Amino acid sequence: MRRKIILALGVVALPLLLRNLYVIMFLVPDEMEQGPIYRIFYYHLPAFFTAALCYLTALVASVLYLAKKDQKYDAIAVSATETGLAFAAVNLITGMIWGRISWGIWWAWDPRLTWALICWLVYFGYLMLRSAIDDPTERAKNSAVLSIFASASVAVTWKAIEWWRTQHPGPVLSIRTGGVQKIDPAMEQMLYVNTVALLLLGLIFVLVRLRQEEVQREIDALRRYAHAMN
Amino acid sequence: MTTLRHAATIAAKDLRSEFRTKESINSTLSFSVVILLLFSFAFDPSPDMIAEFGGGLLWMVFAFAGALIVNRSFARELPNDCIDVLVSSPASGAALFLGKAVAAFVLLFGIECVCLPVFGVFYNITWWRSIGGLLGVLALGTWALACAGTFFSALTVNLRLRELMLPMLLYPMLIPALLSVMMLTNTLLTGQAIPDDFTVWLRLLIGFNVMFTTLSVYLAETVLVR
Amino acid sequence: MSAPAVAAAGVWKYFGDYPALRDVRFELQPGECLALLGRNGAGKTTLLRILGGLSGASKGAVEINGGDVRASETRAKIGWLGHSIGLYDELSARENLRTFGALYGVTTAMITEWLAKVNLSHVADSPVREYSRGMRQRLAVARSFLHEPKLLLLDEPFTSLDDKAIALLQGLLAEARAGGATIILSTHQIREAMELASKVALLDRGKLVHFGERTREMVEDPGYLYRTYGGAA
Repeated sequence: MRRKIILALGVVALPLLLRNLYVIMFLVPDEMEQGPIYRIFYYHLPAFFTAALCYLTALVASVLYLAKKDQKYDAIAVSATETGLAFAAVNLITGMIWGRISWGIWWAWDPRLTWALICWLVYFGYLMLRSAIDDPTERAKNSAVLSIFASASVAVTWKAIEWWRTQHPGPVLSIRTGGVQKIDPAMEQMLYVNTVALLLLGLIFVLVRLRQEEVQREIDALRRYAHAMN
Repeated sequence: MTTLRHAATIAAKDLRSEFRTKESINSTLSFSVVILLLFSFAFDPSPDMIAEFGGGLLWMVFAFAGALIVNRSFARELPNDCIDVLVSSPASGAALFLGKAVAAFVLLFGIECVCLPVFGVFYNITWWRSIGGLLGVLALGTWALACAGTFFSALTVNLRLRELMLPMLLYPMLIPALLSVMMLTNTLLTGQAIPDDFTVWLRLLIGFNVMFTTLSVYLAETVLVR
Repeated sequence: MSAPAVAAAGVWKYFGDYPALRDVRFELQPGECLALLGRNGAGKTTLLRILGGLSGASKGAVEINGGDVRASETRAKIGWLGHSIGLYDELSARENLRTFGALYGVTTAMITEWLAKVNLSHVADSPVREYSRGMRQRLAVARSFLHEPKLLLLDEPFTSLDDKAIALLQGLLAEARAGGATIILSTHQIREAMELASKVALLDRGKLVHFGERTREMVEDPGYLYRTYGGAA
């Protein structure tokens, strides 16, 4: 059943992604000031939305795990976090490429960029903690607790970085004001359509990863049974 | 009330143990002084530069020292499985956590109070001009380190590579607290005029402390009862 | 009728998907002594840890004297003696007992009394690090009996103890039982366990395969229990 759902989602997502790529590359016009490079936003922003949704899912799943102690929620939390990290990496890298072209530098301590990097490190720490704990129940509990702390910290960091930047204004123009005023309705629509495509892709990743997690748990349990037999 | 009494017992026990062996105190203190010394080679700072990033420099040292201190926090209970006896005692998880966090706070704050004059001598700063405010800010920042650090110490105590894991988890999450305490320390250290955004950073630091302390106290039992 | 001293109602403990304890249920009345037997990995320690509030059950519930284990008042009446001594090496005997005593609300006079009882008064102020193995074990015994617990949980108590400490522990356990305390001890050493026990429980791969009165055969023939109910090493 799960396999069929994944397959069906793939059947929808793949043509959509290909079609979007075609539209983005060949049909939408260049942006007036930025030229062709602005197209990277069609992946940059939707990747951020997907990552944010993944992090949020991980938080909800972690709270649910602590409340219900059901391994299912732990599997959802880790699948969502890993997928979130992948999309956050896309978000960061596309951002850096854009920065190289537009600002001439790979990295600027722009508030959003800085925040995205900190987020990435925080959730990477979550995966590191997981990899170090052997007992699945202990791992689920401790990483759920860590995930709650991560969400809280990341939320405060967002505010902190904003204040930090207003105190030290950089030579950087804000992404949002630059985009919002000039955005063509067709461009905006394309942004949403590609967000849907990436969200679908993210969902597929989570479902595949979820399956792996279940199999892993089964293997672990079987190994413990085998040890108990001897 | 009982929770606080139990926490005080744990804190007193931790401090007594530490002063008996001086394991963390000696290593952390000498480490901090060495780092302070190395920074002076790395930057060779002029007084203007110190006014600009003195707080940041000082807190880099304290953050390193803090990781060393909290690493010992729950690891102290590992030999002879003392942690089992503590968890099975009437003290709640919250009491155990609070006691250990307070002990870590006292140790770290003491080390900071020694480092401050050393810093003043090395970098030629009259750091005592607003000593009251400075100590208050140091205390707030130190609590952020001690609280989050002790909690993560409980999370990671049974892991291989514990010493590496703890700072990797701790530092990224502490960024808001470190950022604000660096800003605040910078202002007070050099006796600059209090800028407009001072209270914003102070509120952020206090807010961070309230949030992390609440979460830790609430989740301590979950982490300690395995 | 008052609540049983220990009541385990369908206790399960999972490590991931693997059940380390499966539907363990039993009741003990005040004053009973249960010997918890089973080979390595059968779940003895896991069960003891759940009864002592060190670990939570995945399913089912444990009640000690009718109360939840994680309630502070309940744990104030539990004495725990694990594999290790549970003492701080850098602190003296007196400081150790004072620290734990403070958590249980034990007076200084009682601590002095206990130090004499386990024959450590003369070294009470030197750090535990300097003690011999036997002295450390006696202090550990004092630490777990300090607050006059109503329920004693002992994990393999006889494995690490020397003869003197075993004699001390057996005396104290008999005394505690006479005072109405309930005792659960997990052990490999069937003979010592059988001398003390009034009830016997046998765990095999997380299942409670036998729970009942101690019988003559069990004392006389160490292999009897395993042969009859399985779970032999």
